[in-house]
Amino acid sequence: MRIEDIIQELGITVFTGGTLLQRPVRGAYVSDMLSDVMGRAKESDLWVTMQTHKNIVAVASLKDVTAVLIVNGGKPDEDTLALAESEKIVLLGTHEATFTVCGRLYQLMERDAMV
Amino acid sequence: MSGIGSGITGEMKEMTYAFPIEGGDFIKAGHASSNIKKILNQLSLDPAIIRRIAVAMYEAEVNVVAHAYRGSMKVFISPEKIRVRVEDEGPGIPDIEKAMQEGYSTASEKVREMGFGAGMGLSNIKKNTDKLDIRSTINKGTVVEMTTFTKPKEA
Repeated sequence: MRIEDIIQELGITVFTGGTLLQRPVRGAYVSDMLSDVMGRAKESDLWVTMQTHKNIVAVASLKDVTAVLIVNGGKPDEDTLALAESEKIVLLGTHEATFTVCGRLYQLMERDAMV
Repeated sequence: MSGIGSGITGEMKEMTYAFPIEGGDFIKAGHASSNIKKILNQLSLDPAIIRRIAVAMYEAEVNVVAHAYRGSMKVFISPEKIRVRVEDEGPGIPDIEKAMQEGYSTASEKVREMGFGAGMGLSNIKKNTDKLDIRSTINKGTVVEMTTFTKPKEA
């Protein structure tokens, strides 16, 4: 599955990395605690979080996650957007809450036998 | 820095990089680690090994930001291992054993709201390094030295 497939199916906003949406997504991890993500997320995961500050870019880039999906209509600030662009990190957004978007994401991945 | 371990052929040199870390500057936390990861990415190392040391570096960097006044991260890269030394001027760790326990954290509420302070930092470091040495002096500071081998241990 690619990022663009998820965007299309779930109606997601692209904040940064519009040219990188062919990147493969192999799984997902959900957490707002950065160390939890550092410890347990896997390479090429989609990371779902409500955090919007600049450090999500560092975590995403150090762990090589495919993209960060910000829930609850959260918007990254200008600093975060600029850093994400320069670090080639895909930042996505949804107005849905974590539970809802993850339910839909799980269905999608189940359909593709990813979970 | 001279005199690296045995087993390295003549012209292979140890490379050293140093980055400062500002205490309290959460916006910049991860900056030093990201820079070092970029250097490691150019060395054609196994990406899985780079990710391991990247996790360890980030956690050590965040610990300095969260708890100390200032510090530095030095990285020594040789063909067989990556050694990272994070040194800080700060309050020190009164009970290292307790600090190593997953879930134990002394981070402030503000820091936790940002998603830091899960109490997983040191255990993440332990899981992602092959050698870990922590020395701390109360009201002086802490030195964390961690080593990750670039090839599988038994190779």
